Amino acid sequence: MDHVAQLLLELGLLFAGLSLLGVLARRLGLSSVPFVLVAALALGEGGVVPLATSEPFIEAAAEIGVVLLLLALGLEFSADELFASLRHHGPSGLVDLLLNALPGFAAGLLLGLPWQGALALAGVTWISSSGIIARLLGDLGRLANRETPAVLSVLVLEDLAMALFLPLLVVALAGGGPAAAVAGIGLAVGAVTLALLAAQRQGHRLGRLLASADDEQLLLRLVGLTLLVAGLAQSLGASAAVGAFLVGLALPASFAERARSVLGPLRDLFAATFFVAFGLSTDPRAVLPVLPAVLLLALVTTGTKVATGWFAARRDGVARAGRLRAGTALVARGEFSIVIAGLAVTAGVPELGPLATGYVLVLAVAGPVLTRLAEPRGARGTALTPA
Amino acid sequence: MDLEETLLPGVGVRYRLRTSAGEVLGVVVRREGSAEVAVYDRRDPDRARSVLRLEPDEVDALAEVLGAPRLTQRFADLSREVPGLESGRFLVRAGSRFAGRPLGDTRARTLTGCSIVAIVRDTDVVPSPGPADTLLPGDVLVAIGSVRGLEELERHLAGPA
Repeated sequence: MDHVAQLLLELGLLFAGLSLLGVLARRLGLSSVPFVLVAALALGEGGVVPLATSEPFIEAAAEIGVVLLLLALGLEFSADELFASLRHHGPSGLVDLLLNALPGFAAGLLLGLPWQGALALAGVTWISSSGIIARLLGDLGRLANRETPAVLSVLVLEDLAMALFLPLLVVALAGGGPAAAVAGIGLAVGAVTLALLAAQRQGHRLGRLLASADDEQLLLRLVGLTLLVAGLAQSLGASAAVGAFLVGLALPASFAERARSVLGPLRDLFAATFFVAFGLSTDPRAVLPVLPAVLLLALVTTGTKVATGWFAARRDGVARAGRLRAGTALVARGEFSIVIAGLAVTAGVPELGPLATGYVLVLAVAGPVLTRLAEPRGARGTALTPA
Repeated sequence: MDLEETLLPGVGVRYRLRTSAGEVLGVVVRREGSAEVAVYDRRDPDRARSVLRLEPDEVDALAEVLGAPRLTQRFADLSREVPGLESGRFLVRAGSRFAGRPLGDTRARTLTGCSIVAIVRDTDVVPSPGPADTLLPGDVLVAIGSVRGLEELERHLAGPA
């Protein structure tokens, strides 16, 4: 078969398959991320449809997927929301870091990973999936609940922490010593502060520069700027993802809303490709042997996330039932655990691939199920989907 | 009345209102313009029990239903609270000399001491209108002032062209 035909057929089947998985996930009230990972694991090993021709495309698209995921993350929150969360829930963010990153780091060392790999695993266990959780809170009709601001604040702080953690991780993975790591984090703190200040003082200029009544123009300008900054960040030795995140942060809230709606579909397409690429690069036979360790780690970090949510909700004066809802809601890990693991795998810690795959598979499913169980009896099955 | 406003990062803003009947009403206004209206569980007051979802156009419709009469109601309340202060509503008739002219031309404040605080136009309300806002025939002006001032304002507005 001719090359182009082969490429198009493979991609067509891939996206059609992803769509079916998405429908299935939605029916079950779950995120599509674990389903996509399982499917990609099956495809990678000469499975049902070997993706031989489209693999180079998928790899390139996956890089763009990470950049767009992080850009969307930066667009998601305004500087004001970040500062407000930091003021009210700074201690919750710290508890979140200590309780959830340390078990990952310890587990990484125990499993014989180099310390850089353990650091990446700490990130994998630390960061909850804001995508899964935000959707879950909406589906369960919990947005008006009193514990919800605490949950969202923890998510915002994690996302801000990602902007500092990713450069640190990239420097560490590149083999830099402690001095380089400190320099890396110094640079990251500076860049994030600068981006936030720019958003507050000069954001409207950036917004005006990009703004256009025409959606196509807006998309081209936004993606153009983001890829330029991401590429520049990558060439400077920081991560492209961080550059994209900073662009998202620096854009003013007034512009962010339109940017989100224009960017949404493109982000979804490329992000799905990223999850596929990550699954493809992981050997499914390597997942089974690490499964006991993964399950144990998942169990421990489920407990620590519940404790984090409990702590954060208690600060807001929420009662026990609400604290439990907040804690279980935070359990789900997803897209950003995969982003962190992806960085480590490409930097030469391949052992992290199966670990992170198994871990996200378990918690992206268990998290939403667990938090549904925290609803009172009778209200459990009734996700508020229109009949 | 106790209205509490809380920022929901990445989602929007949540308002909580304890009604005088003792119930707590929650309203989440999302960034995209849709909203959720919730009533809380009696046994677990942290939990939204029944949630009503409103699309942006439904939010607008509801806001209009609740918002327009409330505005005039508030003026009535205001005048009741301050002794000697009254409110009045004055129709701009089709033949009025002020129909089609800016509000500033009435010089209501200078001549009568009354403030025109809103223009009610069909179902719309222009709160705190400025001197440049044009009056149309059929508009109802909501004014506050002293009883004498309001009487003068009525004569002034109804005066011959």
